[in-house]
Amino acid sequence: MITQVSSSLYHQLTTVFDDGLAIKGDLEPLASLRRNAFARFQETGFPTLKDEDWKYTNLQPLLSKNYLLRDNLPGKSVSIEKAFIKGLNPYKLVLVNGHFRTDLSDVVDEQGVSIYSIEDIHQHKLSLRHFAQYADKTDNPLVALNTALHEGGLVIEIEKNITLRRSIQIIHVASSSETIFNQTRNLYLLGNNTKAEILESFITDDIGLSLNNTVSEVVLEENAHLQHYYLQTANSQSSYLNHTEIHQKKHSLYNNYNCTFPGSAFIRNNINVRLDDSAVESHLYGITLTAEDQLVDNHTIVDHRKPHCESYEWYKNITQNTSTAVFNGKIFVREDAQKTNAFQQNNNMLIGEKSTIFSKPQLEIFADDVKCSHGCTMGQFDDDALFYLRARGISEEKARVLLVHAFAFDVTEKFSSEPIREYVDHLIEEGLIIEQ
Amino acid sequence: MLSIKNLQASVDDKQILKGLNLEVKAGEVHAIMGPNGSGKSTLASVLAGRDAYEVTGGEVTLEGKDLLELSPEDRAREGLFLAFQYPIEIPGVSNINFLKTAVNEIRAYKGLAPMEAKEFLKQVKEKQKLVEFDAKLANRSLNEGFSGGEKKRNEIFQLAMLEPKLSILDETDSGLDIDALRIVANGVNHLRSKDNAFVVITHYQRLLEYIVPDFVHVLYKGRIVKSGTKELALELEEKGYDWLKESVDAEEGAAI
Ligand SMILES: Nc1ncnc2c1ncn2[C@@H]1O[C@H](COP(=O)(O)OP(=O)(O)O)[C@@H](O)[C@H]1O
Ligand SMILES: [Mg+2]
Repeated sequence: MITQVSSSLYHQLTTVFDDGLAIKGDLEPLASLRRNAFARFQETGFPTLKDEDWKYTNLQPLLSKNYLLRDNLPGKSVSIEKAFIKGLNPYKLVLVNGHFRTDLSDVVDEQGVSIYSIEDIHQHKLSLRHFAQYADKTDNPLVALNTALHEGGLVIEIEKNITLRRSIQIIHVASSSETIFNQTRNLYLLGNNTKAEILESFITDDIGLSLNNTVSEVVLEENAHLQHYYLQTANSQSSYLNHTEIHQKKHSLYNNYNCTFPGSAFIRNNINVRLDDSAVESHLYGITLTAEDQLVDNHTIVDHRKPHCESYEWYKNITQNTSTAVFNGKIFVREDAQKTNAFQQNNNMLIGEKSTIFSKPQLEIFADDVKCSHGCTMGQFDDDALFYLRARGISEEKARVLLVHAFAFDVTEKFSSEPIREYVDHLIEEGLIIEQ
Repeated sequence: MLSIKNLQASVDDKQILKGLNLEVKAGEVHAIMGPNGSGKSTLASVLAGRDAYEVTGGEVTLEGKDLLELSPEDRAREGLFLAFQYPIEIPGVSNINFLKTAVNEIRAYKGLAPMEAKEFLKQVKEKQKLVEFDAKLANRSLNEGFSGGEKKRNEIFQLAMLEPKLSILDETDSGLDIDALRIVANGVNHLRSKDNAFVVITHYQRLLEYIVPDFVHVLYKGRIVKSGTKELALELEEKGYDWLKESVDAEEGAAI
C-alpha cells in the first residue's frame, strides 16, 4: 500500500513514480507509455489559472490536499441504486474508484462484445494498438498524468457488424472513507457497422473526499454508431476531471449527451471529437444544472479534419445560488475539411443572482467552402412567462419547473432514449431550488 | 361576486388607478370601455396579481374573499381568470401539458383528485370544438408561432377548460376578424351562466353586439367616469370619447 506523504498532490505523485511503484512490472509497450507520459506531465505540472483553458477553473484547492493514491478497501460493498433509471434495463457495469467490480456487475451476454478491466489490456492486441493513441496527442497534462499512473478502468470492444441489444450502463462509484485520488482509464472500441448505447453514471457512496481524474478514449470505426450519455449525479465531496477523446472514421455517428446536476462541487469535462475521415457526424449535447457553490466547466473541441462532415453542438446551462458554469466550445475546420457543416449553440439561464456563467465559442476555420454558425444567449427566468402560468393556477414552484424543462427541451428532445429523458427531466425537477 | 372599492394602483411610482369602484354580480356581464392608456389593462393585471403593479389603496373581494392578499395562482384557483391582451409564447411547454397541470392544480386546491386522463381528453375535445381551436395547436408549444387570432382563441379555450367564476377578457376582440370574433363570442355566450360573471374590456362596440353586456362602464384616467347599459356603448361608438374626456378634464380643472 502507498502511504500518504504530507505535501501537495504533485509532490506525492512524483515521489510515487520515482519509487517505481507505478510501473509495477508492466509489460511493454505500457511501461514506456507510462514513463513518457509522466515525463510530459512533469514538464508542465498541473494546469493553473494562468493557462487560458483553465482561467475560470481553479484546481489549486484540490491539489493541496493529501490523497490516498490507491483504494485501501478494494472489495468493499457499495450501494448503486442511485444510478438506476426507471424503465431502462441496461447491463450494469460497476466501477468502484475505477476498479471494475465483476461481483457487482452484470454479465454482458452479447456476441462479439468483450469487456474487461484495463489492467488486462496487454493480453489484447487490438486494444493495445489504440491505447493512449488519441487523448495523449492533446496537451492536457491531466491526460499525461492519467496515462502514467492510471489504475482501474474498463475496455469495451465491440466487433464489427454487432448491434447491442441492450444498453450498457457504467456506474462510476466514488467511495472512500478517506480522501482519495482515482485515475480511471477507459477505452471503447466500436468496430465497423456497430451500434451501441453507453451510459455513464457518476455517484458517490461514502463520506470521504475524492478527486477523480478519468480519461476515456472512444474509437468509432466505419459506420459505427454510438449514443453516449454522461449522467453526473455525484455528491459534493466528489470532484471530477474527465477527459473524453473521440476518434471517428467514415460514416460513423457519435452522439454525446452530457448531463450534470447539483451535487459534485467541482467538475471539469473535456470532450474532444476528432472527425478524422469524410462523411462523419458528431453531436454534442449538454445540459448543466448547478446549485450551491458548484463549479461545472465543459470544454469541448470539435475538430473537422476531413471534408463532408457534420457537427452539431448544443449546450444549456442553468445556474442557481452562487454556482458557476463554464462553457468553452472550440470548432476547428482544417484546410482539408471542405463542405463542413458545423453548428454550435450555447444558451444560459442564470437563476441565482450571484451565480456566474462564462461562455466562449471559439471558431477557427481554415477551409473556405464551409457552413458554420454559432450563437450564445444569456437570460434569466422570464417573469412574464412565470406570471402567465401562475395566472392559470399553477404554483410558482411548478411553473419554474415547467419553464426550466422548457429551456432544457431543445437538448432533452434530442435524447435517443425516452427513459433517460424522463430520468433527466426528473433530476432537473429535483435539482431546482425555489428560494435562491 | 366581485367587489372593487376605491382601488388605487401604481406602476413605477406612477399612479394609474385612482379610486375605482365596480360591483359585479353572478350572472352579469360588464363591459369596460375607454380610450387607450386609461388603465384598463392595469385593472386586469392588478386583479390577476401581477408583481409590477402596486396597490396603494382600496380593496377587492371575490365572493367575499380578499383578493389582493392572494398569490396569482391562488386567485386563479379561487375562480379568477384573465384572458390576456397579449398572450405570451412559451416554447418548450406543451399546450396540453400546461392545461393538464393547471386543471389539476386547481382541482388539488379544491381537494379534488387529478382528472382522469379520459375525462380530460373528453373535455379538451369538447372545449376545442366550442372555440373551433385546431386540435393540432393543442399539442404544440404554448402559443408558439400562433397567429394573433389563434392566441386569443387559445385564451378562451383555456377559459372553457378551467371554468372560472369570474373571467376578465382584456381586448380579446383586438386582432380578430369578424368570423373569429363571432366564434369567440359564441364560446363566451355558451359559457355564460347564472353562477359566473364576465368583465369584458374592449375598445370597440363591435364585440358587444355579440356578447351583450348588462352594464357598460367607461374608464378614463384611472376611474370609472360613466356607467350605463348597452346603449352607452352605442353612444360611444357614435360620439367617440372626446365629449366624456372634455367633461372629466373640465371637472378636474375646476377642482384645481
Ligand atoms: N408595466 C408598465 N410600466 C410602465 N407603465 C405602464 C405599465 N403598464 C401600463 N403602464 C401605463 O399605465 C397607463 C395605463 O395603461 P393600460 O392599463 O395598459 O391602459 P389601457 O389598457 O387602458 O390601454 C399607460 O399610461 C401606460 O403607459
Ligand atoms: Mg390594454
